[in-house]
Amino acid sequence: MDVGEKPLRKEITAGKVLKKIMADHFYELDAAAKSRSPKIAWCTSVGPAELLRGMGFLVYFPENHGAMLGATRMAAELIPYANAVGYSPDICSYLTSDVGSYLRKQTPLTKAYGIESVPLPDVLVFNTNQCRDVQDWFAWYSRELNVPLVGLYTHRDIGPIHKYELEDIAQQIRDLIPPLEEIAGTRFDMDRFKGALALSRRTSELWRACLESAAAIPSPWTFFDATIHMGPAVVARGTQAAVDYYELLLKELQERVVNKVAAVEGERHRIYWEGMPIWGKLRPLSDQFASLKTCVVASTYCNSWIFDQLDPNDPFLSMARAYTELFIVRDEPYKEAYIQDAHERFRFDGILFHDAKTCPNNSNNRYGMPERLSRNLGIPVLTINGDLNDLRCYSEEQTKTNIEAFIEQLEEV
Amino acid sequence: MGGIFAGVDVGASRTKVALLDEDRKLIGKAVLKSGTDFSRTAEAGLSAALEEAGCGRPEIRGCVSTGYGRKNVTFHNDTKTEISCHAKGCFHYFPMAITIIDIGGQDNKVIKLDDHGRRISFKMNRKCAAGTGAFLEEMSVRLDIPLEEMDGLAEASTDMVELGSYCTVFSATEVLEKIRQGKKVPDIVKGLFFSVLKRVLEMDSLTERVVMTGGVVAHNPYLVKMLEELVDREILVPPFPQLTGAVGAALFALEAA
Repeated sequence: MDVGEKPLRKEITAGKVLKKIMADHFYELDAAAKSRSPKIAWCTSVGPAELLRGMGFLVYFPENHGAMLGATRMAAELIPYANAVGYSPDICSYLTSDVGSYLRKQTPLTKAYGIESVPLPDVLVFNTNQCRDVQDWFAWYSRELNVPLVGLYTHRDIGPIHKYELEDIAQQIRDLIPPLEEIAGTRFDMDRFKGALALSRRTSELWRACLESAAAIPSPWTFFDATIHMGPAVVARGTQAAVDYYELLLKELQERVVNKVAAVEGERHRIYWEGMPIWGKLRPLSDQFASLKTCVVASTYCNSWIFDQLDPNDPFLSMARAYTELFIVRDEPYKEAYIQDAHERFRFDGILFHDAKTCPNNSNNRYGMPERLSRNLGIPVLTINGDLNDLRCYSEEQTKTNIEAFIEQLEEV
Repeated sequence: MGGIFAGVDVGASRTKVALLDEDRKLIGKAVLKSGTDFSRTAEAGLSAALEEAGCGRPEIRGCVSTGYGRKNVTFHNDTKTEISCHAKGCFHYFPMAITIIDIGGQDNKVIKLDDHGRRISFKMNRKCAAGTGAFLEEMSVRLDIPLEEMDGLAEASTDMVELGSYCTVFSATEVLEKIRQGKKVPDIVKGLFFSVLKRVLEMDSLTERVVMTGGVVAHNPYLVKMLEELVDREILVPPFPQLTGAVGAALFALEAA
């Protein structure tokens, strides 16, 4: 097959609204940073954002900034500056590109929104459910900016979830309230917290429905679309804006399903993406798959922002559950079962594992999982080497050849 | 039916052209350095292969190109990856369930086929050229030994020097250290060969019958013997190992006609 031909992809109309939501998010933060009101909390991507909203904080997510640094390909230029102050090139490249961005006073927010710098924090709040790197990342800013640091320590490598684990996390969340009240200068508002939880849950339900629309054949959208449209699920969960957005997006996707509109025209193959996106290569990879008539229909990554366990009637424990049931903190048997379940629903005919050099925590190819899944599901797997942000770890030609050869293999079946 | 079918494999190091007749017989071939102008090299390779076959260009009924420069071949009807083409070429010579080890100029591949020639899996080396032809070329420059003499030197070794480095550049330093220690050149060269094999063996398991192919094997048949001893199994090698990808490409062209 020839991959030179122009790929046909359907753009998502709701994208215009998405741009506005993301812009509003950053403008609001920028204004707050300048006026010093309301207070700003930096939060890890799956940190206790709803609690922070319940305290009246605006919430900024450095991991989202990390992804922007990757997508704009600013990361490669900035990572060496973080390396120069002592951060290893082997650790999280969100961290190194974000620290490099801070050191060089360069941010993609300037080009995108005319914002001079990221909004500085009044408090840093982490949750180790993503990895230990986020804690170290925030600790650096805590020292650098002399800003208080608080966080949650999640249990890891969990199979069945035990009550004591949830109660422990729930208590850790409760324990955040007094220091956060002191920083916020206001009392914790339970009703506001519950309101944020309700909106977060609704956002999650809608986001899940959007992602699951890709089970349709042909799929109405791709993993590459979802990595962009997950923006509000990350930065605006707990707000009405996120709920409104996903109602709009879901409607468009459902219309596509009904009308059998394919995201990849002539969809011939369906692939599951396991691992981090390669932010700086989303477009070329999306183009390549489209030209190969292949739709990447689902991923673990985009599912990571589904928190439909949240329950305003049981706020602390349900929040603990939502942030503990995550794929990333689970053990290998759970992860295998999870992908096998996805196979039943999304009917993909191959799995691509992205082995991200600086994100071992999110690279599940290193202990034989690809081989086990291939055997259990009877479908081929491919592992590509790369990184979320550090494109020095990525070989474009080799990856292209691997993907093309993988699709040729699917065509032999 | 009549006519001939061309396969052009524009690799990172060499461009290979294979011409097959309708009976799948190899009637013309050429191997050239890929250089910097892939289109021109492919043209030159095709002309040389046609001359060997005693045929004219109008007789070509189909052409498939493969390899890194496959898109640069101006006269192709279709392109296929080198992984598919090596698989096709090897299965043509050994129609059985096989594990293929292809050692190329820049890439190593381990490809597994079932007894129908369908691919079960494939693996390519990571972003590193250790254990490939580029590694041996680099060492030949560093040691000032002509590439074509390396096979004979390795075979003459009586006490192989084992090298531990994963990296081509570090291997060079390690080799210099062995020279300082007074180790003999043939023993060092055999150590280099052994390091190529180690890089390949770490890529995947060897199941079923094993076929070795690619330019490095074509020019260094002693590598095959070494692997046979290492894994204690017979290794199969196609008639022109450097051309297997091009033969596979020509077979794709023939089957599409």
